[in-house]
Amino acid sequence: MKGRQMRYAAPATVDEARTLLSDNPGSQVFAGATDLVPQIRAGRPSPSMVVDLKRIDRLTAVLHEGGQWTIGAATPTADLTRNAEFTAMFPGLSEAAGLIGSDQIQNRSSLGGNLANASPAADSVPALIANAGQAVIASGDGTRTVPAAEIATGPGRTSLADGEFIIEFTLDDPPAGTGDAYLRMIPRTEMDIAIAGAAVRLTIADGTVSDATVVLGAVAPTVVVVTDAEAALVGAALDGGRFDDATLDAVAAAASAACDPIDDKRGTVAYRRQVAGVLAKRAATVAAERAQNGA
Amino acid sequence: MTVTEDRPNYKWVGTRPIRPDGYDKVVGKARFAADLNLPGQLHAAILRSPHGHARVLSIDTTAAEAMPGVKAVVTSADFPELDASNPERDVAENLMARGVVLYVGHALAAVAASTKAEAAAAVAAIEVEYELLPVVLSLDESMAEGAPLVNEHNVTMFVESDGPSNLATVNALERGDVDAAFEAADLVVEREFETAWVHQGYIEPHACVVDVGLDGKADIWASSQGHFRVRSQTAAVLGWDTARVKVTPAEIGGGFGGKTTIYLEPVAVRLSEKSGRPVKIVMSREEVLRATGPAPASKARVRIAATNDGELTAIEGWLGYAVGCTNDMAGFIGAMSVASYKFPNLKLEATASLTNTPKSAAYRAPSAPQAAFAIESVIDEIAQQLDMDPIELRLKNAVVEGDPTAMGMPHPRIGFVECLEAIRESDHYRSPVPEGAARGIGTGFWFNIGEQSSATVNLNEDGTATVITGSPDIGGSRASMALMAAEELGIDVHRITPVVADTESVGFTDVTEGSRATFATGMAVVNACRELIDELKARAATILGVDADAVDWLDGEAVADGKDPLSLAAITAKAKGTGGPLTVTASLNAGGAGPSFAVHCCDLAVDEETGQVTILGYTAAQDAGTAIHPSYVEGQMQGGTVQGIGWALNEEYIYDDEGSMENASFLDYRVPVASDLPMIGTIIVEVPNPAHPYGVRGVGETGIVPPMATIANAISRATSVRMTSLPMSPPKILAALDDR
Amino acid sequence: MSSMKRSRTHVTCTVNGDEVDFLASDDTSLLDALRDELGLTGAKEGCGTGDCGACSVLVDGRVNCSCLMFAPEAEGSDIVTVEGIAQGDQLHPLQQTFLEGAALQCGICTPGFLVSAKALLDENPDPTETEIRYALAGNLCRCTGYDKIVRSVQEAAVQLRGATR
Repeated sequence: MKGRQMRYAAPATVDEARTLLSDNPGSQVFAGATDLVPQIRAGRPSPSMVVDLKRIDRLTAVLHEGGQWTIGAATPTADLTRNAEFTAMFPGLSEAAGLIGSDQIQNRSSLGGNLANASPAADSVPALIANAGQAVIASGDGTRTVPAAEIATGPGRTSLADGEFIIEFTLDDPPAGTGDAYLRMIPRTEMDIAIAGAAVRLTIADGTVSDATVVLGAVAPTVVVVTDAEAALVGAALDGGRFDDATLDAVAAAASAACDPIDDKRGTVAYRRQVAGVLAKRAATVAAERAQNGA
Repeated sequence: MTVTEDRPNYKWVGTRPIRPDGYDKVVGKARFAADLNLPGQLHAAILRSPHGHARVLSIDTTAAEAMPGVKAVVTSADFPELDASNPERDVAENLMARGVVLYVGHALAAVAASTKAEAAAAVAAIEVEYELLPVVLSLDESMAEGAPLVNEHNVTMFVESDGPSNLATVNALERGDVDAAFEAADLVVEREFETAWVHQGYIEPHACVVDVGLDGKADIWASSQGHFRVRSQTAAVLGWDTARVKVTPAEIGGGFGGKTTIYLEPVAVRLSEKSGRPVKIVMSREEVLRATGPAPASKARVRIAATNDGELTAIEGWLGYAVGCTNDMAGFIGAMSVASYKFPNLKLEATASLTNTPKSAAYRAPSAPQAAFAIESVIDEIAQQLDMDPIELRLKNAVVEGDPTAMGMPHPRIGFVECLEAIRESDHYRSPVPEGAARGIGTGFWFNIGEQSSATVNLNEDGTATVITGSPDIGGSRASMALMAAEELGIDVHRITPVVADTESVGFTDVTEGSRATFATGMAVVNACRELIDELKARAATILGVDADAVDWLDGEAVADGKDPLSLAAITAKAKGTGGPLTVTASLNAGGAGPSFAVHCCDLAVDEETGQVTILGYTAAQDAGTAIHPSYVEGQMQGGTVQGIGWALNEEYIYDDEGSMENASFLDYRVPVASDLPMIGTIIVEVPNPAHPYGVRGVGETGIVPPMATIANAISRATSVRMTSLPMSPPKILAALDDR
Repeated sequence: MSSMKRSRTHVTCTVNGDEVDFLASDDTSLLDALRDELGLTGAKEGCGTGDCGACSVLVDGRVNCSCLMFAPEAEGSDIVTVEGIAQGDQLHPLQQTFLEGAALQCGICTPGFLVSAKALLDENPDPTETEIRYALAGNLCRCTGYDKIVRSVQEAAVQLRGATR
């Protein structure tokens, strides 16, 4: 990096961004830089060029039409938490977006950055995946669309090829009787990276769960979809609007069992495993309330 | 709320005017050290050791010196080697390693360049060859038989030394017959405790700007709690005469004890000398956490004997402090800080030992919080076992005037009982414990100190006054100085300008530490004002044509029988004709700093599935002697309390095996944020300190002593689990709950 | 060693109501540009990583950590720093209540808190204590324990609501 200075560019279109990336080896897109700047301060080599995606209208647009939401990948998460219609439809995802750091951070952080930074602890990712979010990726001269779940492949690693970047996410309106929730564990009440996180989305019809998605964050190299917990939920009947203890215990046990965590400065293997189960059952409880109230 | 003994009816003392330095601070004009820039100024960066302990075989700066923009490079070769008898030797070697690096972050070299980026790039180009040495990171490792030597220069203080050792200090205190008392006890509770390294966490990183002139004199602007110490330490490290160094105190962005020593200034001086340009050094947050501060980690073994009716008959304890890479007084003071209960029989030993971690620094009541965590926890357990109210148990054993401290000296007039009673009678303690929560009590003691201060009071022609002191203002002391001067002189506090002056513009003044500024420097201000009043009376006598002893000073006026009163302004207006300028300087070495006690009460809830603690309510009572500016007394109490809450729940240094701090950022070094906390209720108890003209006791430090045990005691009552290791972070609490 | 050519970008924006322009290297933070190029040293660097909020400024009405922004990102935007909160010699109610309520001790975090609190009250004139605490959670204060800061924001909110009634 000696003798080389990082450049900044702010393209106005997706095509301009493509060109900048292909013309500048070592360049990197960013939206909020809320991960990028601390990484550089911590000693990671600077990119040759940072390409600011926020000046591309499409990347900060939030549209709802035809039963589908399209969310620009660089949209500040604060725009989602402040969007009443979005929050009513995806309360768990909205909450998750609202947990990414402080107000200062949320005016910069984005779903695209949160996903592409590929931190296993990214707060918005489990809820995005629980809601079957699709990522539209600028790729070569065109685009390709993949499930958001397929982007992060490990800590700091993604399936995005050189020159590719996420343009936007699409989310289908949830079916009637659907609710989602995201809960995470941090030592303080704010400003921390999740030690464990759990997103649950449930669809409930006639007092019985017809569809369930359970996704954990921060307990494995990537998010974990807990199929055993989903199986425990699907077909579960609610009594007085609540799951019975056996169901919740099964969800917790399945979530704990699905973890593949690490010991680090933020938490231990044992703690992450245990708390992931607690969060999963609590998130299931909240999601169920929302599914029933919204229905 | 204030509990007040009978006291004079003050006009200004005890009021809450806007602090005079506040305006600049709310509009962004206040000048902190990093805000200063001089023409031609260079920016410096520091090379720091990546190793926890290593011999430096070579440092090659030639490539760095050739880098663009680089104007000067320094290493330890640019500083005199101080001999072992020099009291600043540790400071000198800490700010520039000589031959051996002692911790990750230890400074090795520094570069001054035209821009920050150029300085950083040049630092990266310095080549160092290391030979790794064994790294000692914990107290146990440090004190183990045959442990590797942390610092070959260290010799144990206060004992006969037989060469270098990891042991820093040993302090043994004893009175009565401890063995017999434990033999006779109805109840004995014994526990072991440990606490983690914690940082003072001031928001302003260390910074200085230095300009060395061709006359060989250094002009320093620094962020420090004591600019006279910056001067003396800088001169000592450079081998200079003190008079070559002038230090101007910038506004200081928090210190809490951590800015009572130097890290940067002599380095900037040498860089400025070599380059002929002003040099600015500003630490990054990572540097602050890796290379400054922390308060010692500790271990403790405490057992206390009690009778069935709650008399505490004996204490036996060992306190151990890991003090970092150089000698430190922490352990020595830790034992002395056991001073709150009568304990007829007492046996305490405190040991401090070195580790390959940053040189520790003072942090608010240094070493008392670790000791209080242990002792207040054991006392609470006794209350639980005896089924006694925790305040009643403490009241039964609390020290009063004349009772001995651990050192054996009798306490002067103190307010511990009054603080316990204030909490017992508080709305908080009398209210029912909230559903699902539990309540804990803890207490704290701190000595406070006096030391040397100077003050100059100038009366201006129009009757306004300038109060000049040498105490950097870290918590509102300028407002307190103005209030005491207003009370003395009898003029409106807004007609007084308090100033913190540079080392060449006011008499020597010790560091703002030990909760001494309002006490000792305040006393100097009062003394100067009283001397001025004598002079004002003499001038008034001249003006009125009466004998000097016929004049009294009342409410800011000279009064003599049969004459119209003369206001202060009327006298200052005639200063020229009556003897010249009205100015007095007073200086003193203040004795009689009144010890301060605090009692805390906390309601909290524990999430038993996650181990997370939520603080629901908190009240702190503390003896301030007399609160000169109650808002800033409350602020000290609240700030100390919340630092203690952080220490209790989440703050800790996490080291990897090589001694590198893994959480060197505010992201993962978790100081409390606003949403973690409730309002912190305060009860200012006022038991005047007889040694101060207004009864002031220092209030800055005691507040950090009680919270750790207060919270542990509440957790114990909430969960039946006794937490003995800080921080009581969610993983630790959950593990303890699972072991229940 | 190759020379370290530092090309600089020309940035034009509005700061505290004035149109300004400055030159900054692309890797310069907005915070450094404000402090070093424009001489506005009110915003402070406490961490450089977005964790302490001492560098908070309003960008197009929203609170941001200026340490996380590259200076050229400011192009065309409307920035308010602590120096721009008062109207002439008339302090903003937040500034007045911070002074009267002793909400500052050392004062290093104060500019960031004032900016964040202004952003909060601009959007939510009647926040609960909990809302205030969460809105200010991105600003660290090590002196006050937050009590007097929260109370001062509450008092300013009351005054601002009174003024607009």
